[in-house]
Amino acid sequence: MHEQLLFALEVSLNGLMTGVLYSLVALGFVLIFKASGVFNYAQGVMALFAALTLVGFQSGQVPFAHLINAVFGSNIHHFGWHLPVILSILLTLLVMVLLAVVIEKLVLKHLINQEPIVLFMATIGLAYFLEGFGDLMWGSEIKRLDVGIPQGISESIENFTFESLGYGFFIDRLDIVATAVAAVLVISLTVFSQYSRVGRALRAVADDHQAALSVGISLRYIWVVVWSVAGFVALVAGIMWGAKSGVQFSLSLIALKALPVLMLGGFTSIPGAIIGGLIIGVGEKLFEFLMGPLIGGATENWFAYVLALVFLVFRPQGLFGERIIERV
Amino acid sequence: MTEEAMDKPSDGVGCGAAVLMDIRNVSLRFGGVKALRDVSFDIREGEIRAIIGPNGAGKSSMLNVINGFYHPQEGEIWFRGKRRPPMKPHTIARHGIARTFQNIALFRGMSTLDNIMTGRITRMGLGLLSHAIWWGWAEREEVQHRERVERIIDFLEIQPIRKTPVGRLPYGLQKRVELGRALAAEPTLLLLDEPMAGMNVEEKEDLSRFILDVNDEFGTTIALIEHDMGVVMDLSDRVVVMDYGRKIADGSPQEVRNNQDVIDAYLGVPH
Ligand SMILES: Nc1ncnc2c1ncn2[C@@H]1O[C@H](COP(=O)(O)OP(=O)(O)OP(=O)(O)O)[C@@H](O)[C@H]1O
Ligand SMILES: [Mg+2]
Repeated sequence: MHEQLLFALEVSLNGLMTGVLYSLVALGFVLIFKASGVFNYAQGVMALFAALTLVGFQSGQVPFAHLINAVFGSNIHHFGWHLPVILSILLTLLVMVLLAVVIEKLVLKHLINQEPIVLFMATIGLAYFLEGFGDLMWGSEIKRLDVGIPQGISESIENFTFESLGYGFFIDRLDIVATAVAAVLVISLTVFSQYSRVGRALRAVADDHQAALSVGISLRYIWVVVWSVAGFVALVAGIMWGAKSGVQFSLSLIALKALPVLMLGGFTSIPGAIIGGLIIGVGEKLFEFLMGPLIGGATENWFAYVLALVFLVFRPQGLFGERIIERV
Repeated sequence: MTEEAMDKPSDGVGCGAAVLMDIRNVSLRFGGVKALRDVSFDIREGEIRAIIGPNGAGKSSMLNVINGFYHPQEGEIWFRGKRRPPMKPHTIARHGIARTFQNIALFRGMSTLDNIMTGRITRMGLGLLSHAIWWGWAEREEVQHRERVERIIDFLEIQPIRKTPVGRLPYGLQKRVELGRALAAEPTLLLLDEPMAGMNVEEKEDLSRFILDVNDEFGTTIALIEHDMGVVMDLSDRVVVMDYGRKIADGSPQEVRNNQDVIDAYLGVPH
């Protein structure tokens, strides 16, 4: 029994760490939604694109090699160098900022004052475009992402818990790093949005577009900032998931895991995204552990949605959302 | 009223002063709705200019044209002696025009202090880069802006609610915070869209006092939409009267009060 309890604890810990990554992806959604009222369907693909670009830079891949070779009959694939991790990350960040500028210029700018559903559709288009563009630029084969994060089961934790509890916890070092990184990111984003000038302008835009304009805030500038930050968050999420399970199309599907997190946490709440991610992460792992054997396993595919749905029925505004009381 | 009488300057503060803004033959349509029809009037430096008229007359539309939310199909806006090209509202804000809204438009999630701080954006910029490069410099600058904002808070007597999220404040105080946010920009021209609407007599008296003080002490030019004729009489130097998108009278408060067109408009005499 004691053993069982410890095992459950280990499962929860693992869930917590996956949960942090869910939070990270959800955070990207929340940032954009708060500032521009757009539900950015492309957030997951942005993570994939960022990871692809990072691997590409790092391994000295020639962008659009396939296209270039097809047109010029050449046969180039690599520059023949390997860039340092930090430089590659900075370059990727630059690409994500450029992407934000382009999205604003080519898409958002033309859709000001459109219905939310139109903007949502536009981001669906964007997602598929970016997916194809990423393929074209970097090729579609599965890539390994190695930015030097230690991997494998942490022996010190295993030994320590074995000695003190009589049961060795299996915890992946990558998960520990990911958790730490995500925590730092979440804290710095919160500080940025609460205490910096741009953060204040960001919150202003989120609250009231007209009023924000009237005090001299350029919505377009803010949108570029927000999409850049979301691109940055996507990059971090892409690195963590990519390091865990390789850079491939399925990485973009992590966005699907963010949806129940958003249903739980509310679309506009940063703390909601964090707590929501943790609840879903722990919840789905524990549920699989407790109920999986009874009902045939693979509960992780649907549990998060059901949990979110049940939650939605009782608290439609999410964990921390403001209760909306209709004025009659 | 004759043309001559309409153009006659009143005995107010704005008398003889230079024209700050000249609105020339402005027409604005929304599909079939003619919100403004060939409206012309000027706003002089240092005056309080009231815009009055029945519901739907086009008063708010006029302010929205001035601050760039609406772009008129016809007409010209001259500001500080130059014809103003079509501009985005946030650019116009940077040219020294601040405003409040008929339906309060505050940043509900933020505190009073933060709301008023956003009003300083035209003065301090967003500083994304300066922040990143030299934190200390940005911070020193922030402190200076903060001092200005604290002075506005003192002036409006809202110290007790500095840290309160504005969404929780009663209506009258929200209106005051909104005025504070507009003042924080130290505007050349301040636009107030029904600042007293929904206030009780005491609140109206307070706000009137603040508006007069702003006008006297800072020399801020004010364009004000107001339904309460008592307030209009007390505050304004000159009054524009609108009805069905047209300007029907223009002059001192006394002049427009006795104008037959104005009386008809308010009594709803058919045209
Ligand atoms: N954005 C808009 N789209 C369509 N019609 C508009 C818009 N803004 C104003 N109107 C129309 O223009 C006309 C003038 O409206 P406006 O709000 O300027 O009147 P107002 O004088 O401020 O009235 P009130 O005293 O009720 O505030 C009205 O018929 C209104 O319906
Ligand atoms: Mg109005």
